[in-house]
Amino acid sequence: MAVKTWALRKSLWVYHANTGACNNCDIEVLELLTPRYDIERFGMVLVGSPRHADVLAVTGVCTRQAMPRLQELYLQTAKPCVVLAIGSCALDQGIFTEAYHMGAKVDETIRAVDPNAIIMYVPGCPPKPEAMIGAAVKAIELLKTL
Amino acid sequence: MAMGVLTFLLAAVGTLVLGLLLRWVDRKVTARVQWRVGPPWYQPFVDILKLTGKEKLMPASARGTGFLLAPVVGLAAVSVSTAILWHAVLWPQTAFMGDLIVLIYLLMLPALMTMLGAASSGNPHAAIGASREMKLLLSYELPMVLAILVAIVRTAGTNGTLTFRLGDLMAVQQATAPAVAGISGVLALLVAILCMQAKLGQVPFDMAEAECEIQAGVYVEYSGPSLAMILMTRAMLGALMPLLLVAVFWDGLYTGAWWGYLTFAGKYLLLVVLVTLIRNTNPRLRIDQVMRFFWYRLTPVAVAALILAIVGAAKGITWL
Ligand code: SF4
Repeated sequence: MAVKTWALRKSLWVYHANTGACNNCDIEVLELLTPRYDIERFGMVLVGSPRHADVLAVTGVCTRQAMPRLQELYLQTAKPCVVLAIGSCALDQGIFTEAYHMGAKVDETIRAVDPNAIIMYVPGCPPKPEAMIGAAVKAIELLKTL
Repeated sequence: MAMGVLTFLLAAVGTLVLGLLLRWVDRKVTARVQWRVGPPWYQPFVDILKLTGKEKLMPASARGTGFLLAPVVGLAAVSVSTAILWHAVLWPQTAFMGDLIVLIYLLMLPALMTMLGAASSGNPHAAIGASREMKLLLSYELPMVLAILVAIVRTAGTNGTLTFRLGDLMAVQQATAPAVAGISGVLALLVAILCMQAKLGQVPFDMAEAECEIQAGVYVEYSGPSLAMILMTRAMLGALMPLLLVAVFWDGLYTGAWWGYLTFAGKYLLLVVLVTLIRNTNPRLRIDQVMRFFWYRLTPVAVAALILAIVGAAKGITWL
């Protein structure tokens, strides 16, 4: 078991889901792949399919349209899977909180289908790449306890 | 019998380790090309280890047998071909007749299995990927075989007998000159390198799994151990194809002296890094562009090389 969690910690594959972000958070997520931050040093890569993912990086407010899709996406990932809620929007819908097109918050949306989901929050509008790396490190620490 | 099983296991496991190390070389060189640091050397091993520990999901719309069996058969086919190829390279005189033909067939199986698995996953992205993979296979297989034929013609004995035995192919090349030493040989090797790129599914020929366009295409529904098997198959294929090209075109491994091993390693690594460099300096092509490229450009080149080689062999002109 210890070997498995060690391997999981060393090789987190990220699937990036935009649930109605203003695109600023997404740009910051892509920043992680650039030479300055180079997250592949820790074995993290962006993957194209949720089936391959170990981390679901969610940005955006989770609109009514996006809500069922986000739930479906979470159910499609192979567990164990960590959800990273990135940006003020993903935390508590930020400045859009009372708008007409809001679904539920990202964490509530995901807890609705899996009460035991592992959800990490990265505050900021948008969060700095350093903050996201910090969240990734915390996720890695957390996976040690699995 | 026991020896055979041992050879098979050693070849398969050795190639797997080599292939995963080469995956790291690929990722590291890519990272350096992009001014990044890149992953540590054990990263591909960790990836495989992690995937074996993950949950195995099967979509409700999938046909279970084909979906789960395809990666296993693909991996098995590649493992058998590793045994044949390494055996032929290390002990040329003990290889069997026509092993080259068996090898060409076996190396086609992973692509067929990819299609089967994708088609039985019931996912529309995978269906698109499978159709592209099929077209890709139809495109590169013909020039590839033609290029290998060039090497066979160039290494025909003085009495004009063609050999389909890898061992003889290498023995003749080591006794006289490598098949690549001549105009037709160079053309054939260039064609074969591009076909290898397509067979390995590397950019610019990775449209079957285009990850930002059709979400990893043929592999979209695979997770956990099945995905690990697919990655292992691809890593082993990545170690095998350069080896095949070195054996067929570039006089293989000369075991008679210490520098034989050195030159072999040099040739092999050159081809491996070439794949990575092509992959890093080209954008992905559309499938119709690829088919046009292979059929209308590379196939005529391969045919021309074959004609040159035949003329050269008939007239005894070695540089043709
Ligand atoms: S948190 Fe800020 S930057 Fe990120 S999506 Fe919301 S509004 Fe845009």
